[in-house]
Amino acid sequence: MQAKTALLAILCCSSSVAFAADPSEAKTEKEMKPYTQKITNTDVSFDMVPIPGGEYVMGSPADEKNREEDEGPQVKVKIEPFWMGKHEVTWNEYDIWSFNLDIQRRKLMRLKSDDKEKAADAVTRPTKPYTDMTFDMGHDGYPAICMTQLAAKTYCKWLTEKTGHYYRLPTEAEWEYACRAGTTTAYSFGDNPAKMDDYAWHYANCNDTYQKVGQKKPNPFGLYDMHGNVSEWVLDQYIPDAYKKWSGKGTVEFPVSPTTPEKLYPRVVRGGSWDDDPEALRSANRIASSSDWKIQDPQIPQSIWYHTDAIFVGFRVVRPLKVPTAEERKKYNLDPVIPADEGR
Amino acid sequence: MTQSNNQSSSRRDFLKVTTATAVGTSILSTLGSSAHVYANGDDKIKVGLVGCGGRGTGAASQALSTKGNIKLEAMADAYRDRMDKSLSNLQKQFSGEPEKVDVAEEKKFVGFDAYQKLLDSGIDVVILATPPGFRPIHFEAAVEKGKHVFMEKPVATDVPGVRKVLEAAEKAKEKKLAVGVGLQRHHQANYIETIKRLKDGAIGDITSLRCYWNSGGVWEPRLAREEAKSEMDYQMRNWYYYNWLCGDHINEQHIHNIDVCNWVKDAFPVQAYGMGGRQVRTDKKYGEIYDHFAVEFVYEDGTRMYSQCRHIRNCWNSVTEHAQGTKGFCDISGAKYETTGGYKWRYRGKKTNPYQVEHDDLFAAIRQGTPYNEAEYGAKSTMTSILGRLATYSGKPVTWDEAMASNVSLMPKEFSWEGQPVTVPDENGYYPIPMPGITKVL
Repeated sequence: MQAKTALLAILCCSSSVAFAADPSEAKTEKEMKPYTQKITNTDVSFDMVPIPGGEYVMGSPADEKNREEDEGPQVKVKIEPFWMGKHEVTWNEYDIWSFNLDIQRRKLMRLKSDDKEKAADAVTRPTKPYTDMTFDMGHDGYPAICMTQLAAKTYCKWLTEKTGHYYRLPTEAEWEYACRAGTTTAYSFGDNPAKMDDYAWHYANCNDTYQKVGQKKPNPFGLYDMHGNVSEWVLDQYIPDAYKKWSGKGTVEFPVSPTTPEKLYPRVVRGGSWDDDPEALRSANRIASSSDWKIQDPQIPQSIWYHTDAIFVGFRVVRPLKVPTAEERKKYNLDPVIPADEGR
Repeated sequence: MTQSNNQSSSRRDFLKVTTATAVGTSILSTLGSSAHVYANGDDKIKVGLVGCGGRGTGAASQALSTKGNIKLEAMADAYRDRMDKSLSNLQKQFSGEPEKVDVAEEKKFVGFDAYQKLLDSGIDVVILATPPGFRPIHFEAAVEKGKHVFMEKPVATDVPGVRKVLEAAEKAKEKKLAVGVGLQRHHQANYIETIKRLKDGAIGDITSLRCYWNSGGVWEPRLAREEAKSEMDYQMRNWYYYNWLCGDHINEQHIHNIDVCNWVKDAFPVQAYGMGGRQVRTDKKYGEIYDHFAVEFVYEDGTRMYSQCRHIRNCWNSVTEHAQGTKGFCDISGAKYETTGGYKWRYRGKKTNPYQVEHDDLFAAIRQGTPYNEAEYGAKSTMTSILGRLATYSGKPVTWDEAMASNVSLMPKEFSWEGQPVTVPDENGYYPIPMPGITKVL
């Protein structure tokens, strides 16, 4: 009798899930709602925020204070709807992938692996870091840092298999669109850096360390720490005059400068960090990665997974409403490509 | 290198590599017969690399990046594939200056005796970067042959090895050979400045020290049992997990932090108490090493150094050193201190790449004929780590003096692929694990 009740409960439960409007299963832009993504076999989850599709002007106007040459000419860009991580990816999330914590926990609980986990296990996980990658600045609730762009991309691939939802890094154009959230000012809260302390962790207020995510005010899309805390990886190779190629062609759809594993530097991070001054936190500012970010990696070849010295770099994930086809993924180099001689 | 402007103009003036810093208190010495002066950087220094793993390859690259005419001429490794990979990585690295990496086929040496052949091949400086168990033998032979040496830390895995290095260090001094040891914090600007201030009394007398290497661990075993040609092959490829090769992680990694504390104290501990074990890394593939240690070291003046090292994922991590003084507290690794009077200091100078600077310093000394010998503190900090391991494995206090008198060797009797390491697995593939309270270590 008891067993029967339990079975019934399970059936009811699962059917109710099927009938309820699961916001993570939205098929149209209209249905897109914020949702919480659980990571199976862990007690970790993260929040996703819908970002409506639309058009905007990428880059900064020539008269913006502290503007740099690589932020123009401004380009009109069309963006398809996507969800974006409400917060930067935290160590709690990231370490599940890098340290197999989901598998360890499942084994401790004597559970069987499901198909999603099996698929996720097929995704490469990084070698163990040589040293403590938090640099003793804090773990739980703090943004993951020091990963290479490849590591961030591979994490997204793992997350995709693990959750059954397609996740990737934002393109540079998507990132800026999400950061501006409809604004055209230097920051999503206006042009006045004096208001910075309400919205961002930066050099002057951070006490020389990154901070737990989500403590400042969000931008108009409800995204936290887009300015400051940690700079965020995007998908693009850094090309200083990338916008020049796109300008004068009307509204550009899905602009991205694809990366190749052979050319590691420079690639783009956005948003500025705890270690930067306010001008680096502007919505349009672009930061290029460099080999200096690995200068203290004493090995040759250097790790493909860690930037030993990029203690100001993290990332956040997006999930486009329309999942790209295999062709599109290939065309735009959306998937991580691990170099043949990764040298482990 | 393309960077956005505000990246390069960042206040932190990010990681500008300084040029070779002048070597300490260098006094030009009268030169012995075996030492050679490489005047003005014009004379070519020929470098040989023994141990072609990731770190050895990195060390070779840093040596080749020092000022002056220099060339990698010979390589040695137990494994041909490691050597080939290392060479191709270096060739890639120096594709703009191919003359710097020019290793003829007859100067590639493979096997357990490869180092001897390399030392006889006409090189001037040898980089010793095999797993640490071989270091004493290699260092002794290099000094015997009158070569300048860069050797990676730790410099031994057992007490007889430490003694051998100390003896060879004396001979190296007599022969006026320069010896650098890869404890690169000694060449890192923020450490140098912070420790100078501590010694000048910035926080009064040091009353205690603590240091950590808590991390998620290192690489997984590389070679599966069924792929191994022999027990020796298996342990060599998976060297981190075997004590004769690695000395356990308290020796292989945590030595950096322990060494910093010794540097601050200008002394080495006289006794250690420890505890530790294998909590997570229990599978037989993880050989015989522990995954955590907590050791209390005692210096002669009664000051204590509290040390932890851990290789367990998803725990509190820290790779740091700290000092408590009568007048304040110092985060040594963070290069900052605060006095009880409320004065705060933080290192604001340039960040340097210590792995490069340690080579810049060594090669500058070689070129100028300046006395340069880091082997003694390298050996004694290695010994400090080993002392911590002995105290932990035994579960009993161990003094420096009784440990230094030990003749317990971890090294195999015979160095060949058929030779037997001292610890071998049982029929199920499990190794004997040291058991506190039972294991005798001396």
